[in-house]
Amino acid sequence: MDILFLLVPLSVILVLLILGGLWWAINSGQFEDIEAEGERILHED
Amino acid sequence: MQSLNTQSSTYNDTVVRQFSIMAVVWGVVGMLVGVIIAAQLVWPELNLGLPWTSFGRLRPLHTNAVIFAFGGCTLFATSYYVVQRTCQVRLFGGKLAAFTFWGWQLVILAAAVSLPLGYTQGKEYAELEWPIDLLIAVVWVAYAIVFFGTIGRRKVKHIYVANWFFGAFILAVALLHIVNSAASPAGFMKSYSAYAGVQDAMVQWWYGHNAVGFFLTAGFLGIMYYFVPKQAERPVYSYSLSIVHFWALIFTYMWAGPHHLHYTALPDWTQSLGMIFSLILLAPSWGGMINGMMTMSGAWHKLRTDPILRFMIVSLSFYGMSTFEGPMMAIKTVNSLSHYTDWTIGHVHSGALGWVGLVSMGAIYFMVPKLFGQKQMHSMKAIELHFWLATIGIVLYISSLWISGVMEGLMWRAINTDGTLTYTFVESVKAKHPYYIIRLLGGTLYLSGMIIMLWNVLKTASNGKSAFTTIPTVAAHA
Repeated sequence: MDILFLLVPLSVILVLLILGGLWWAINSGQFEDIEAEGERILHED
Repeated sequence: MQSLNTQSSTYNDTVVRQFSIMAVVWGVVGMLVGVIIAAQLVWPELNLGLPWTSFGRLRPLHTNAVIFAFGGCTLFATSYYVVQRTCQVRLFGGKLAAFTFWGWQLVILAAAVSLPLGYTQGKEYAELEWPIDLLIAVVWVAYAIVFFGTIGRRKVKHIYVANWFFGAFILAVALLHIVNSAASPAGFMKSYSAYAGVQDAMVQWWYGHNAVGFFLTAGFLGIMYYFVPKQAERPVYSYSLSIVHFWALIFTYMWAGPHHLHYTALPDWTQSLGMIFSLILLAPSWGGMINGMMTMSGAWHKLRTDPILRFMIVSLSFYGMSTFEGPMMAIKTVNSLSHYTDWTIGHVHSGALGWVGLVSMGAIYFMVPKLFGQKQMHSMKAIELHFWLATIGIVLYISSLWISGVMEGLMWRAINTDGTLTYTFVESVKAKHPYYIIRLLGGTLYLSGMIIMLWNVLKTASNGKSAFTTIPTVAAHA
């Protein structure tokens, strides 16, 4: 099962990237006042 | 000068129109091939004795057409529509968006020619040979540039949750496609996989299940999170839950694949790991399903008069049903009965016809009138008819395959007291005949609904003319 030496590290890298994305989203204010964001799509276009 | 001005102040809906129309056209084609092969299972003579029309070649044509042509065009259309409106900017990349349309159509045509001719890599949902795989990779990179470029220059600070789902779908599919399609070419339209034996099987189902997870789930959840609130005119039930849904889903999806390889040469612990991750997936899936359903709270009465909303809500019911059934079938003891039987085909179609199909149709019915400057679709009665044909078709389809699947599973494992098999294999095939007829009927109903939709969409398009929607000048907040 040598393939796991490819797939497992790939998954670990992926999880780190996802964590990075989550970290960015939290720290750049993506999650501030979020319920209002749900409303907003109803008022555009 | 005038045209330049219109260019920068309106959304790029040309590409959305093209993808929307082609989604419906390819939907009819792909489902027609599905009905043909369902008929071949009832009457094998319909293979016509020709290699090009045999079940083995038409079946991948059906799966590729409905997943990548119908589903793919729907995802391109909706993601381009949603990302522009939620970011309040025109699509990034100018002609690159047009390239993704023509490139993707070329991929579909190449598949439609090469699969009946027998060119295949023999990997399920990844049959296309290496030159086509390369073209897919190029188009996909262009898609990523257009999509993320648009996000990059958004006028609204917050990235709406639907865009997160679309973004994850685009990135994950790129990774899956590149890893699984790694092969050494041995001439034009012939190649050998970079992996061998059980290694290849593991990569294939790591790809295969994540293709279901990201192409057919994450992408269509993006559709759900924009079009259900829009059609219901209610914000999503809990925006916080939608964010938890997103992160939980993408963190847990990657290792569910081994459940396709229970009781094979795959190491036992890998199978168990796949089973556990499949069971965990029930939580985020149902969180999202409940979130979509509850968006209707206070608006349930709209279901009585609005057939488009009905498409979306019934779609969510099938999403809930198939994401419950899937983890159950991933349990090894259940799988020992269900695997290799028609139950699996029924399960896939409850997700494909029910969830993916219905939510796509709902979203296209929502977009098309707006894209062609019309108040509503040409015929609301036809949408109503389409809804009932599709729903009854799905119910016939999946219930007949539940029965035939469980029946053949039980027949295969039945053993006499002296240890010999009770039934021969061909006896189980014979027993399935009536259920195959019901399944064919269900598929035909679903296809006829789709043909009505094509007529309705073309009528709406020819009644109106291409609309250019102006981008709001002042963003709601900075």
